[in-house]
Amino acid sequence: VEPVTGEPGVINKVSSTKSFYRFDPTFLLPKMAPPTFLLPKMAPHDIRRPFKRRPISDQQKRRELSLLRQSQNRSDAHQRARNLASSVISLQSSSPDVDREMLSEAEFDDGHESESSSFDVRQASRLRGPEARKWFASQLMLPEWMIDVPDSLSQEWYVLARPAGKRCFVVSSDGTTVSRLRNGSVLHHFPSALPGGARKKGTSGPAQSYSILDCIFHESDQTYYVIDMVCWRGYSLYECTAEFRFFWLQSKLAETGACDPPSFYHKFRFSAVPFHNCDQSGLHSAYAGSLPYVKDGLLFYNKHAHYHTGNTPLVLIWKDERCSQYVIDTDNNGEVLNQQHIVLELQDDGKIVTSDDPPVPVGCLNADFVKQSGLSSGSLIRFAIGDGGLNCVDGRFEQADLQYIGVSNRARAFADSYSKIMFQFMARHSPLKVEDLASAISHENQQDKSPEVEMSD
Amino acid sequence: MEVTQLLINAQSIDGNVRKHAEESLKQFQEQNLAGFLLSLAGELASDEKPVDSRKLAGLVLKNALDAKEQHRKYELVQRWLSLDMSTKSQIRAFLLKTLSSPVPDVRSTASQVIAKVAGIELPQKQWPELIGSLLSNIHQLPAHVKQATLETLGYLCEEVSPDVVEQEHVNKILTAVVQGMNAAEGNNDVRLAATRALYMALGFAQANFNNDMERDYIMRVVCEATLSPEVKIRQAAFECLVSIASTYYDKLAHYMQDIFNITAKAVREDDESVALQAIEFWSSICDEEIDILEEYGGEFTGDSDVPCFYFTKQALPALVPLLLETLLKQEEDQDLDEGAWNIAMAGGTCLGLVARAVGDDIVPHVMPFIEEKISKPDWREREAATYAFGSILEGPSADKLMTIVNAALTFMLNALTKDPSNHVKDTTAWTLGRIFEFLHGSTIETPIITQANCQQIITVLIQTMKDAPNVAEKACGALYFLAQGYEDIGPNSPLTPFFQEIIKSLLAVAHREDATESRLRTAAYEALNEVVRCSTDETSAMVLQLVPVIMMELHNTLEGEKLSSDEREKQNELQGLLCGCLQVIIQKLGSEPTKYSFMQNADQMMVLFLRVFGCRSATAHEEAMLAIGALAYAAGPEFAKYMPEFYKYLEMGLQNFEEYQVCAVTVGVVGDICRALEDKILPYCDGIMTQLLKDLSSNQLHRSVKPPIFSCFGDIALAIGENFEKYLVYSMPMLQSAAELSAHASGADDEMTEYTNSLRNGILEAYSGIFQGFKNCPKTQFLIPHAPHILQFLDSIYMEKDMDEVVMKTAIGVLGDIADTLGSHVGGLIQQSVSSKEFLNECLSSEDHTIKEAAEWAKLAITRAISV
Repeated sequence: VEPVTGEPGVINKVSSTKSFYRFDPTFLLPKMAPPTFLLPKMAPHDIRRPFKRRPISDQQKRRELSLLRQSQNRSDAHQRARNLASSVISLQSSSPDVDREMLSEAEFDDGHESESSSFDVRQASRLRGPEARKWFASQLMLPEWMIDVPDSLSQEWYVLARPAGKRCFVVSSDGTTVSRLRNGSVLHHFPSALPGGARKKGTSGPAQSYSILDCIFHESDQTYYVIDMVCWRGYSLYECTAEFRFFWLQSKLAETGACDPPSFYHKFRFSAVPFHNCDQSGLHSAYAGSLPYVKDGLLFYNKHAHYHTGNTPLVLIWKDERCSQYVIDTDNNGEVLNQQHIVLELQDDGKIVTSDDPPVPVGCLNADFVKQSGLSSGSLIRFAIGDGGLNCVDGRFEQADLQYIGVSNRARAFADSYSKIMFQFMARHSPLKVEDLASAISHENQQDKSPEVEMSD
Repeated sequence: MEVTQLLINAQSIDGNVRKHAEESLKQFQEQNLAGFLLSLAGELASDEKPVDSRKLAGLVLKNALDAKEQHRKYELVQRWLSLDMSTKSQIRAFLLKTLSSPVPDVRSTASQVIAKVAGIELPQKQWPELIGSLLSNIHQLPAHVKQATLETLGYLCEEVSPDVVEQEHVNKILTAVVQGMNAAEGNNDVRLAATRALYMALGFAQANFNNDMERDYIMRVVCEATLSPEVKIRQAAFECLVSIASTYYDKLAHYMQDIFNITAKAVREDDESVALQAIEFWSSICDEEIDILEEYGGEFTGDSDVPCFYFTKQALPALVPLLLETLLKQEEDQDLDEGAWNIAMAGGTCLGLVARAVGDDIVPHVMPFIEEKISKPDWREREAATYAFGSILEGPSADKLMTIVNAALTFMLNALTKDPSNHVKDTTAWTLGRIFEFLHGSTIETPIITQANCQQIITVLIQTMKDAPNVAEKACGALYFLAQGYEDIGPNSPLTPFFQEIIKSLLAVAHREDATESRLRTAAYEALNEVVRCSTDETSAMVLQLVPVIMMELHNTLEGEKLSSDEREKQNELQGLLCGCLQVIIQKLGSEPTKYSFMQNADQMMVLFLRVFGCRSATAHEEAMLAIGALAYAAGPEFAKYMPEFYKYLEMGLQNFEEYQVCAVTVGVVGDICRALEDKILPYCDGIMTQLLKDLSSNQLHRSVKPPIFSCFGDIALAIGENFEKYLVYSMPMLQSAAELSAHASGADDEMTEYTNSLRNGILEAYSGIFQGFKNCPKTQFLIPHAPHILQFLDSIYMEKDMDEVVMKTAIGVLGDIADTLGSHVGGLIQQSVSSKEFLNECLSSEDHTIKEAAEWAKLAITRAISV
């Protein structure tokens, strides 16, 4: 789309600003009595009244209905933006104690709070613009990258093959279904067989019932692969373990007909991603088994983890060349870069940090450089990792050879996480291989067996 | 050049001569305004000059002082005020001298010009001797001068606001006028001029109507004038009574018996022009009482400003028979003549108002008349009875009317098919419409339309749609209300079985060759719209089938070539109706589950709308624009694909100052598009903002469009977020100055208060959108300097105590938005504001849940801003 402007450049000529629009606020007011001239008015006054006519024409009615719709939509838009803010507040309230104190000062009772937190998620599905981007980016549970193998993989973890495609939140409510990407933009707006997902007669459940699924949209077969279930029929699963959520997902999704082929009231097929206990056979099925979708790495879920928004070490992603096309980060043209690029956030004190909570410092920029380069606190900055590489101990960077590239592109909402930087670094130098995973599992099994042997003794 | 010759040439039948003269006059005016005005005034004053040139001189002079367009008028006033004193004095002297001219037309022209000058100068405290010199002459002069002077005083009162004339002068003007009206005045011209002058001076008589003696005197003189032998004087006197009925309703109790007698005599015996005014007196009384009773809310609370004196109720036993008599005086073809207005129409209209003013009480007074005449052989009696019945359906309670209406329904349906009189059928169909309008719907306990009679009613209405255009039009109207009654019917509508047939019949009516007569086609599409609006999901497939049909019709209107201007006008009207119809359908089908099938038509529909913009017609533009707004809402982000083509028409709409409705509608559609496209609207924002800022700066554009433009700023800011930054430099100062103005502008009257509140609401919506749009971005710092004056604005309007609920909700929301977006930067500032305390508390305890909700949000946001 070509940018179209009425008078090109008018707006941008800041020098001619205020004088260009000779805005006289008194024009807003009626100046004088309505005109009563040109013809002599001494003639008798017209006293005709409407005869056999509706007082309001249908045209006027259309006009008024339009205005009503517009002002309602505007008011809804404002309400949405505000609900978002309240929901961010209420979600925060569940962790840091400071906020809770602040809120109790504000006389908000807790019952109301917890109710509104799930309510607001539903509201948020109707958010738009930058608000939605920020909100959704912070709502998904984001896996850390697997840089070492966790303990008790086979006992405590599930493994599943991540479908290649767009990660999104699918929200069904009030007769419609909306899918939103991680950046908040709407992917599809469609009718579906999910609860409340289409305006269809005989749909069971109360009107306000809604569901939220964590999905990946797989382009080639136009299917939503469900990797997690966040809310179901108005019932929040945030506080449930992965074990329960996965069980619920497998049993409930199919009941609704959401896995059926597309139809008039059901535009896209849904499918639950198969998951396995992360033992040798589970790992093998996920890694090498044949699946209807293209894989993009493996996801590992800790069975006891709740649905935690943002980065979590209790869900991990791991990739290698065999199970993913995208192991090492590429540039916009899909070319693997010579050097690893990372994006870090600049803090007040000049430190450049990862997106983790708490942030992990990678280095420090001096104040003159910050000033010269026009950077400010909060800027996201792209660096290349030089030959000096990275050196870290206990989750902290001891030494990093960073080469400044510039400010990151605007589409980025966050800096890279520690685990991503490390995974990428390792992928280039000494990757964690599937064999490492398998051997960790078998090692676990031996450990498990050995006490048994002892006991049988 | 000689101005006389120019003025004569300017009236020449030879177009070239005329054009040349007009140009010379214009040139003269531009080059030497003072000389130009002076020579016109001299021409007007000179008895040696031809009457035609003098009259035109006066008219040109008047047009140099006043204009229809507000901005032009403003310029002319400024130019007059800047003339040198000696020129103005000479012109004034010429004008006053002209009042003594023997030529009546010239005197009358001068009267109007004097009033225009007075309208400009008196508020500026200039020409202080004017009223004195007019008054001092009134007794000494020959009759024709007296007549001209009274006429001048009348125009002056019309032109000037009462508060710029001292009470002493007001008293003297009224004294002179009322004396001129007195029966003792022998000259009818003088008496007529005085009576008409009083009509215009009534607004000045507030103090005098509060004084019993003075009021008695004025009322006596007015009442006597209604008995004058001269018909024009009687008519003018009744006009005064009509105006008094609405201006001084609360002062009339003492005179009502006399006035009833006078009006009854006039209605029964006088010339129709006088009788119509006499009926209008009672209609005005009813208007007043309906308003007062509406304010009471049905309960007499005693704390209303003006008490209801129940004049109508007291007059009922005599008034109703008087009005019923008039119903029998119909004109043969009144239903075919759009502009007709006669005593039967006025009487029936008044009867309808009486019914609204007194409610149930009217029924027993009218029923005997109806029962007696409804079956008479003379069509006049049948029509009068039907009209009386139709007229009293609004006002009395459903309980009171239900039995009668149920009994009458079959009779009505029968009359509609069998009565030989077009007139009776017209009124019968209209009455059926009134029955459905007031006695059919979800609020009525016992339905008039039942499963038993529904089929018959619809069959009769459909059949009647084939009758003469005026009758068919009323049948469409009846169907409109029939459908409307099922608005909230739920999933199953009794109309469903007939839906297809109704749609088919309405389309057939719209296609009748004589459909342009009696607004038949308009009525058919309006009924179609209402049927669609009130339809349920059961029939959405049929509404969907209607889409290509209406689109094809719209397409056909765009194909016509070489039409006469009359044909083109009809074509444009039809385009407007079809766009209106599509708009209704878009709103019906544009959401789930029909949205997807419906939106298949969107591309083609958009092409048609864009072609409608190619035809020059304001109504069609407005309708197409409204339809596009609805389409954008339904399409959401996908609407972006239409923007490259649509944009220029959007811009054209925003530039349409003259047809401001088009501009207003376009501004609303910009909002729709912002919400649909969100940040995808960004490439168009420079152009749109340029236009909106120009609109705001224009003194030509109707002021009613300006508040929505402010709201539109908010829509844009919310859509594009921090990208709005570059417009802040223009929009913020405008918002600030508009805010300062609107904070204290209210109070003059209800209309002004209403407008001021709409302006405040627009400004506040702009702030809301901007603050919300900037939330969580580093650029919020640009907003920090604006917080103090916005908070001050909130405080000011709170303390003015005249904001309505809408403003209250928006205002408290803005308080929250500021706190939410700027947080701790403004915590202290907010704590100091009145708004964050009294106003917030008031809103927190509001009964209106939307206000309360906004207030709770604001409280939460403030708590955060303060505690961080």
